[in-house]
Amino acid sequence: MKSRLVLFIVGFIVWSLLTWPLDFQHLVAGLAVAALVAFITGDLFSRRPYYFGHITRYIWFCYYVPVFLWECLKANIDVALRVLNPKLPINPGIVKVKTTLKSDAGLTFLANSITLTPGTLCVDIDAEKGILYIHWIDVKTQDTDKATELIVRPFEKVLKKIFE
Amino acid sequence: MKNLRWLMGFSFLAASLLFIILYPIPSLLSWQSGFLVHCFFILMLCFAMCLFRIMAGPTPADRAVAIDTLGILIVGFCAILSVSTERDWYLDIAIAWALQSFIGALALAKYLEGRGFDE
Amino acid sequence: MNSLQHTAGIIFIVIGLGFDVFGCIGLIRLPDVYNRLQATTKCVTLGTCSILLGAFVLKGLGATGVKAMLAAVFLLLTSPVAAHALARGAHKSGVKLWSKSVVDKYKQDGN
Repeated sequence: MKSRLVLFIVGFIVWSLLTWPLDFQHLVAGLAVAALVAFITGDLFSRRPYYFGHITRYIWFCYYVPVFLWECLKANIDVALRVLNPKLPINPGIVKVKTTLKSDAGLTFLANSITLTPGTLCVDIDAEKGILYIHWIDVKTQDTDKATELIVRPFEKVLKKIFE
Repeated sequence: MKNLRWLMGFSFLAASLLFIILYPIPSLLSWQSGFLVHCFFILMLCFAMCLFRIMAGPTPADRAVAIDTLGILIVGFCAILSVSTERDWYLDIAIAWALQSFIGALALAKYLEGRGFDE
Repeated sequence: MNSLQHTAGIIFIVIGLGFDVFGCIGLIRLPDVYNRLQATTKCVTLGTCSILLGAFVLKGLGATGVKAMLAAVFLLLTSPVAAHALARGAHKSGVKLWSKSVVDKYKQDGN
């Protein structure tokens, strides 16, 4: 039931952003549509909906967004320099890293962050063992623990506070 | 020899980009939207590269990657179109196109993996 | 529309176009599917988000700006998922890594 309420609020916010200059008729139609969607697919949305009530998670999320955007910008400049270099300095390979995150949302956000940061692309996830296979454009180490230290650590600390 | 070829290609690319960007400087200074029209030519260059990869890609996976990239580029195209023509419904097209492109990429990935669509 | 807003919007759009071009050059130059996915999914996604941010700066908090930011958030959420699915599908369909690749732990683990 709580999951349906959260989906209703999120859907209503997205609807009112899509029809932005706020209007009474649009808001009424949005209420109807969001209620219908929440009634049909609400129980699939979140497994632990009480997490949406914790204030500290939102504060850590606000800390996470600038970190993520800064890493994303560095990744773009890195890739642009590699592509424009005539010698094409790449050294690719697929390495294995470990993670301690368990929840689905946490693993999804970790994989997305890894994909958008410098030189790494998530290829597959083994959720039970907590293993991620990462395609790395410039392999610095083939050891699992060192690669974990280099790739996963900066995000895992923050994501653990948000999603676990 | 390889360096020379690379240098020629890069100088041609830089010259065309600089021409496209710098040519409408007078219209940029007079606050017209003529500059944005010239941005389309750069995006056309990107589309041409993606189409080349779709045509020449050695494996089906290359073609799928190029199709996904083309979908993201069209969202940017719609954004510039919306700014330069002052019509906001082009961004509705952009959002719908992004959704369709995402679902299409997922379907192509399922096809590459060799599984049915209902698993 | 004042001139500072106009200049900032144009600068964002030009940066985004530059990253788009670099990503597409990567699509042409890099040797195998996984490297091409790296270049396109990073450069083209942030380039397009920069163009959308430029549209937001140019148009302000109207219908265009809010829809542009919604499209940018949507792209940032969906594009890595599509890249992940395509990489996994390519590996399962038997596309080899580049001949000079260093290591393939995924294949060693029997997937």
